[in-house]
Amino acid sequence: MLEIRLQHRFEGFQLDVDLALPPGLTVLFGRSGSGKSSLIKAVAGLLAPDRGRIVLDGRVLFDDAQGLNLPPHQRGLGVIFQEGRLFPHLTVRQNLLYGARGRAPNLDRVVEMLGIGELLARRPGGLSGGEQQRVAIGRALLSGPGVILADEPLAALDEPRKAEILPYFEYLRNQSCPILYVTHSPAEVARLATHVVVLDAGQVLRQGTASEILGDPDLVPAGIRSVGAVLEVRVARHHEDGLTELDAGGVPLFLPRVASATGTMIRIRIAAQEVILSRTRPEGLSALNILPGTIDSLRAGEGPGALVALSTPAGRVLARVTRRSAETLGLAEGVECFAVVKTVAIAREDIGRG
Amino acid sequence: MDWLGPQEWTAVALSLKVSFWAMLASLPIGVLTAYALARWRFPGRQMLNGLVHLPLILPPVVTGYLLLMTLSPRAPLGAALEAVGIIFAFRWTGAALAAAIMGFPLMVRAIRLSIEAVDPKLEEAAATLGASRLKVFATITLPLILPGVLTGAILAFAKAMGEFGATITFVSNIPGQTQTLPSAIYAFLQVPGGEASALRLVAVSIAVAMAALALSEWLSRRVARRVGA
Repeated sequence: MLEIRLQHRFEGFQLDVDLALPPGLTVLFGRSGSGKSSLIKAVAGLLAPDRGRIVLDGRVLFDDAQGLNLPPHQRGLGVIFQEGRLFPHLTVRQNLLYGARGRAPNLDRVVEMLGIGELLARRPGGLSGGEQQRVAIGRALLSGPGVILADEPLAALDEPRKAEILPYFEYLRNQSCPILYVTHSPAEVARLATHVVVLDAGQVLRQGTASEILGDPDLVPAGIRSVGAVLEVRVARHHEDGLTELDAGGVPLFLPRVASATGTMIRIRIAAQEVILSRTRPEGLSALNILPGTIDSLRAGEGPGALVALSTPAGRVLARVTRRSAETLGLAEGVECFAVVKTVAIAREDIGRG
Repeated sequence: MDWLGPQEWTAVALSLKVSFWAMLASLPIGVLTAYALARWRFPGRQMLNGLVHLPLILPPVVTGYLLLMTLSPRAPLGAALEAVGIIFAFRWTGAALAAAIMGFPLMVRAIRLSIEAVDPKLEEAAATLGASRLKVFATITLPLILPGVLTGAILAFAKAMGEFGATITFVSNIPGQTQTLPSAIYAFLQVPGGEASALRLVAVSIAVAMAALALSEWLSRRVARRVGA
């Protein structure tokens, strides 16, 4: 259990948070400059806040009232930085063992889990970005931390590399100590978060689950374009033609082959941008995914758009339509309609095991 | 080495000894000073920076005279040191001290540049992995700045081999005691028929300087390859 209460004045804004992190992976979500990284630094001991108290599993790391500020090396945290920060003069193996103080009975297991056995004798200079970040994850894990802090660990990587690293965080979330994970990417929130804390200008705007947060355009940093619904679905069947059939609360959804085994629960994210609404059950459409539902709420945004929340058997689905079509279709709260999602609109990178 | 006469040979050996100890004794202080200048912000930092560089700008005779004024047995500090058995004036130790002070700015500059090239984020990362400040320095900073430390040490050594003005002012020119290579060359040039000896010492001087440069190049390339820089 990590408790963070702190206040710190920066030029331009004030960081002021009071949080207690539940087990699992907590995402600190917010646009750049919202104070996410400063919060991580304060917990890691790399920044002394003006006031506050930070307690990890009953151990006080920082308390201005007691004049207590443990240096970073006594805090027992594992930090994964955006840039990897591997030591260039040490081999991968020496990097991994740096924080382990010679005791690393789980070295083999971690090396195997991260798939870095081939790299052990090499130096970081010759590794790809993805390989470096896997080693950085292993190094943090092997230091035996009480909590892992990950500061935008995927931000410096391209899409294929992100896809390479994400599963390891899912694995960590399910296996290890609590993780505090900083990002501004809705895709990473959808896939990883058990709990989301939205930071804005140094304040906690809201906390909740991934679907609560991602479904609210006021909370998503990139605004309405990245709003989307997160659904928990079951993998029903893999079809011969390369499509996977999902069971979303009794409604079948199809998407390109998912690697997960039949029967497992996965999370999918459907961006509001990619959803079309229809008053009648559409026929003769090429789109395969049709979810029936009732309109929960309809909110006009700035400009010509409106955001419609639809309650379906699969869960809450969001659709972004123009205000004009909302009027033409007579959309209003309580009206029944159908959400149409093209197969390809369920972005692959957003698919995660739940 | 019978092409060097006994006095010449003594001068070469003394110079090597003086330069070696000047370099070795000033190295830890040089690394500490360079680290303080590169990483710490403290009042008087600019003063320290100026003080370190002073020997580079002052006439060497002035540096030597200042040393003589403070460390001669008649000066309070010199007397106090003499009481505990440390004597600099007119001893080879004094020549080493003068050489160390003259080479210090070069050493600190080289090391400071290499420290500034080390990303403090690496040191932060090491700290989060449980390394104390001392361990971070010994296992991360020091290995990464090793090429700079070697360069600084060799520069200081080469400077010490050639130091003349401060040495002759502070500890005079006593054969076998304080007559280093440059002092010996100067002494030979003052007596009729000394040119041949002087010339031989000039050759030794050039050879040592070239060897030091070549060694420094080779070492820093080797180390740079090892740290993957």
